[in-house]
Amino acid sequence: MFEIGLSHYLFMAAALFTIGVFGIFVNRKNVIIILMSIELVLLSVNINLVAFSAYLQNLEGQIFAMMVLTVAAAEAAVGLAILVTYFRNRGNIAVEDINQMRG
Amino acid sequence: MLAAIAWWVLATIAVLSAFAVIAARNPVHSVLFLILTFFTSAGLFVLLGAEFLAMLLVVVYVGAVAVLFLFVVMMLDVDFAELKQGFLSYTPIGAIIAVALFAELALVASASMSSNGVPISVAATGESAVTNAEAIGQVLYTEYLLVFQMAGLVLLVAMIGAIVLTLRHRPGVRKQDITAQVGRKRSEGVELKDPRPGQGLG
Repeated sequence: MFEIGLSHYLFMAAALFTIGVFGIFVNRKNVIIILMSIELVLLSVNINLVAFSAYLQNLEGQIFAMMVLTVAAAEAAVGLAILVTYFRNRGNIAVEDINQMRG
Repeated sequence: MLAAIAWWVLATIAVLSAFAVIAARNPVHSVLFLILTFFTSAGLFVLLGAEFLAMLLVVVYVGAVAVLFLFVVMMLDVDFAELKQGFLSYTPIGAIIAVALFAELALVASASMSSNGVPISVAATGESAVTNAEAIGQVLYTEYLLVFQMAGLVLLVAMIGAIVLTLRHRPGVRKQDITAQVGRKRSEGVELKDPRPGQGLG
């Protein structure tokens, strides 16, 4: 209990990951919350990477976490730009109405 | 002991605020809870000895990504209460999948526990000669140079993509035309008059 080990971090990251996936499921209409849920998922992956990096005494995990951070930032920027453009054209952000590219 | 208490406090706040992110009625509150989650995760990184990444998390996520989210949430004039509908109807299927997913992840994570119940330590063993930031700097620009450059390329593409997507030319907005400004000739701008004494230009 009072000795924090690797499994503590793994369980905590698993909880964050699950909350992120749950958020994608329950907020089907709100794209902004879905994007935030994706950020939560990526954060949980980062926690796992850093925990294993500390466990193995190897910096590779932290370097890789930095790359995940980069991709998360790029994804948020492009996703929000798409969202702004969509809102400008349609006047709402309801995900269910996005079906123009459906075959 | 103190680190364990700090870990439990930070982890509890992180998980609870992560849940508040997806459950909050107001998206602005969601963003603020997301910032809280990032802050507490940065604290966890400090506990793991990854100070550089913790500061990076605060700077990049709290300073850039969360503020970007905040801007977009506040800029879009959307009825968010309407978007919140259907939350309860999706909850059962979401909860089933969440429980199954967590069970799987917990099964994998429990494999990391040693057999006698004593958790595997992740604390830094012994005093390291260099700080975390110094150690990262030593490998980031040498061993992982290609990865580092590719990360920069990803950010460049994302920046150009965001600009291309959101840039629009509105009609009727006067803008500076540098070519016309620089291409102006003296003969177009200056006119020499030679008024007679006592008569003026009239």
